[in-house]
Amino acid sequence: MAMQASVTRPLEGSTMKRVQFSSPLLPYLFLAPQLAVIVIFFYWPSVRAIQSSFYLEDPFGFGSTFVGLDNYLGVLANPEYLAIARFTAIFTALVTFFSLALGLLLAVKADAVIRGNATYKTLLISVYAIAPPVAGLIGMMFFDQHIGPFVKIAAFFGWEMKVGLSYFDTAFAMVVIAVWKQIPYNFIFFLSGLQGLPASVREAAAIDCRSGIKRFWTVIFPLLAPTAFFLLIINVTYALFDTFGVIDVMVKDKAANNPITLVYKVYMDGFRGNDIGGSSAQSVILMIVVFVLTVLQFRFIERRIHYT
Amino acid sequence: MIKQFSLAAVSIAMTATSSLAATNITWWHGMAGRNGEVINEVAQKFNAAQSACALTPVSKGTYEEALASGIAAFRSGEQPNILQVFDAGAATIINAKGAVVPAEDLIKEAGYDFDRNAFIEGVRYFYADSDGKFVGMPFNSSAPIMYINDEALKKAGVEAPKTWEEFEQVAPKLKEAGYIPLVQAQLTWQFTENFFSRNNIQFATNNNGYDTVVDTKLKVTDPNLVMMFEKLKAWADEGYFAYYGAGWADNQKPFEENKVALWVGSSGSFGGLQKTAQMPFSATFLPYWGSIAGAGTNSFIGGAALFAMAGKPAEENKCVADFFQFLTSPEIQKFYHQATGYVAITKEAYELAKSEGYYEKTPAAEVGIKQLMLPGGEWSKGYRLGFYPQIREIMEREYGRIFSGETTVKDAFDTIEREGNELLARFAKTAG
Repeated sequence: MAMQASVTRPLEGSTMKRVQFSSPLLPYLFLAPQLAVIVIFFYWPSVRAIQSSFYLEDPFGFGSTFVGLDNYLGVLANPEYLAIARFTAIFTALVTFFSLALGLLLAVKADAVIRGNATYKTLLISVYAIAPPVAGLIGMMFFDQHIGPFVKIAAFFGWEMKVGLSYFDTAFAMVVIAVWKQIPYNFIFFLSGLQGLPASVREAAAIDCRSGIKRFWTVIFPLLAPTAFFLLIINVTYALFDTFGVIDVMVKDKAANNPITLVYKVYMDGFRGNDIGGSSAQSVILMIVVFVLTVLQFRFIERRIHYT
Repeated sequence: MIKQFSLAAVSIAMTATSSLAATNITWWHGMAGRNGEVINEVAQKFNAAQSACALTPVSKGTYEEALASGIAAFRSGEQPNILQVFDAGAATIINAKGAVVPAEDLIKEAGYDFDRNAFIEGVRYFYADSDGKFVGMPFNSSAPIMYINDEALKKAGVEAPKTWEEFEQVAPKLKEAGYIPLVQAQLTWQFTENFFSRNNIQFATNNNGYDTVVDTKLKVTDPNLVMMFEKLKAWADEGYFAYYGAGWADNQKPFEENKVALWVGSSGSFGGLQKTAQMPFSATFLPYWGSIAGAGTNSFIGGAALFAMAGKPAEENKCVADFFQFLTSPEIQKFYHQATGYVAITKEAYELAKSEGYYEKTPAAEVGIKQLMLPGGEWSKGYRLGFYPQIREIMEREYGRIFSGETTVKDAFDTIEREGNELLARFAKTAG
């Protein structure tokens, strides 16, 4: 089918170009593939999850009993679930903060390097090409109880590190590996953000203020804020969901007394425990948490950001 | 490696050519690596032995993933003919009435005789219903046995313990000789489920859950089990026992590295240890408590069974029956036993391997079978508990806390019993 869109001349006073289609159905036709993907892979499973969260179901689908909010109450009354929720919150905060802070620090330093900067950038970015499970695997080798070099370094300082056995040690290793995996991503965005800043602004700031640190916080960082805000949302989502691969490799299929995040708990109960109702309720709770978090971020943080 | 690839290629090619006329059946399993290759070889042997049926094995990842895939497939009517389900998932599939055709019915309908007594004691009941009818066909079966570092025992001048009392005697000497006296591999399977079987103690109400799902309750606050774990904790504190977390490999490694004197592993660990252990080793039965009256019974199997999924045409079910029949033949059992280290599940296969002198060459391979063939007790048949994979997760969590000092043994078992019983009650509702 030939494209029959025609571009009208901009109206007086308007800076936007308006595209008009000859048939009113045509735009929907163009949207259809994307919408189909979203509906099939996002909305439909979400609706099914909400639906089955109100049922108690035999895994094979022979009988399902409507139990109202029982699945939710059962989950929320479980102290272990609440402990996992608490860990998830702390984990998300730590991973987001450190991966943003270190990504920014490295970007600022790499931005300042003139000679050989391509090498630095490639080295810093290359880690991002590693898939989370592989990152988890490499990380676990560093923290292995028997052969891990980090464990040996820790032992040198008198810290008997037992990843996989001690809750705190595993949590520590988990945060380190998750942060390590995410820094390059933040680095790329911060670096391109820094390089997009107009040189005139920087030069003007340099005339007004001698302190580099002060200049950074008063001029450069506010200009970077849109990038930082975008990264904040991405990093929170990363810590909540995309760390699954890292965690799965780290706990080696047996969470035991090791810390796990909420999304891993959904997997354990649903895919390993075959408790469809309970894990559906958990995934709905997670959906609500992410929704609320995103609304809050847009409501309270975004309004302080000025887009140039 | 190339040979194995070509074997796989041949099996695929044979499946492809014979499938023109033959009835196709599929087998989803959760085995990887060498064990997965052996499954392909078994299927290839079956396809070569007859022409009516063509079997295609498909690896679905781990045990848990295989079960989850099988469930998802069943719900959408795309189930395979045969699904491999692991020990802890047995209740999930057996209690889903209508999900499977009991193996015994299937085999009898196909016109074969079925003799329950042909199977060895520890294998006979685990995947059967409370009347003893085989629902699942036992496939890869293993027993928890104790591996012995011969060098360590010689150095310490002690004999391998048969009971835990004897272990307490030899542990200080083993420690003095520079070894960690005891390490295990899976506390749930070896020191909980099979603690009940080996010491002949009731694990759960309703006949260990076999009779009904209604009101089944765990009995893990049993004073003997609490005593076992209090001992383990005390041994850990004194340096007689080391715990490296819930992962199997982390616990096996120190034994391979000649740091550990006694290691409780699986009869199936034998093949791998032959390649990795840095010292000569042998094996013996999993110890029991001499102080518990009636202890010393057989352990029940770990591993997995094959289930014939319901909703398939009769000619395909006939092929599944043919395959089960083929699988339990002594030659195939012997082949599988020797290729993987899993035990032979029929007496005839065991006798065949024995008559060929296999156990004289490799005595450790016989220990698991012998332990499964020990006289049985009332509580050594197995267990049938719903949501059991999740109950195991609770146990793993609490056991980890015991050894990291976050909880006491008594509190841990109170928690396991409380949370486990909640899950069992929940399961009873889904299955009811």
